[in-house]
Amino acid sequence: MSQVSSPYLAHHFEDLEQQQESASLGMWLFLVTEVMFFGGLFAAYAVYRTIYPGPFHAGSHLLDVRLGGLNTAVLITSSLTMALAVHAAQTGHRKALLRYLFLTIALGTVFFIVKGFEWHHKYVEHHIPGPSFHYEGPSDPHRVQLFFVLYFCMTGLHALHVLLGIGAMLWLVLLAYRGKFSTEWYTPVELVGLYWHFVDIVWIYLFPLLYLLGRH
Amino acid sequence: MNHIMPGHIVPVRVYLAVFCALVVLTVLTVKVAYVDLGLLNTPLALGIASVKAMLVVLYFMHARYSPRLILLVVIVSAFTLILLFAFTLSDYLTRGQIVLPIQ
Repeated sequence: MSQVSSPYLAHHFEDLEQQQESASLGMWLFLVTEVMFFGGLFAAYAVYRTIYPGPFHAGSHLLDVRLGGLNTAVLITSSLTMALAVHAAQTGHRKALLRYLFLTIALGTVFFIVKGFEWHHKYVEHHIPGPSFHYEGPSDPHRVQLFFVLYFCMTGLHALHVLLGIGAMLWLVLLAYRGKFSTEWYTPVELVGLYWHFVDIVWIYLFPLLYLLGRH
Repeated sequence: MNHIMPGHIVPVRVYLAVFCALVVLTVLTVKVAYVDLGLLNTPLALGIASVKAMLVVLYFMHARYSPRLILLVVIVSAFTLILLFAFTLSDYLTRGQIVLPIQ
């Protein structure tokens, strides 16, 4: 009957499992708002692409599929290392947790750097929307510019999420170094994991919609 | 009775299998993008992306092993997104198709 309650268990929860599930539920609810946050941009993309299919194909052709594909591979791999970090936290392997967190941070940074190169290339080629925007081709430049407005808004908001994710993982590294996590309490690792996988999912949709559109 | 470990521990081989599936599907989505399937290109790309997203949600995000309440939230997120798209596109895609008798 009597059981020693865990020092990690807050008094208003029945047990550790309920405590963990409550935290996950809160994170999932936050992710629903994130889905709608990105959803607005995806809806705008869907509308304009339907109205101006030609200029959107033309804009998509100006993106580098190899770099986009590379970043897709990098982000999927970072999702795996994040999942393995959560696994390491669950099984109480602190060194493995730190190793996988550092790997995930490194991959997230690689993603961001590749994205930076792509954006710089767009700057050099005058493909950033604004007075200096320049496009020579069969499509209406104003409508191609609209594609790039959405491209920069969507990849920009996504990259911001990548940066925030890297920041959150650095915080996890700090907590892990101080030995704050145990097999009974690793909630922050689980929640940052959920967030990072969400960021991966957004890119899973962005890659075909922006880079692969109209390649055939 | 007493739960020492909170949360379900997914075996590493499951994570690796999901990762391999994600890589294969990424290669597939690039390959099919270069084949002209007419109107089917976009639905196929979105379909592959959705299978990938589902794999990530179910395994990496542990939705498959989570309580029903969390599954409900996952479904709600998809549902609200579908509402957003359905109402937006039902407006934009049908503009000019209906001619009112008095204008």
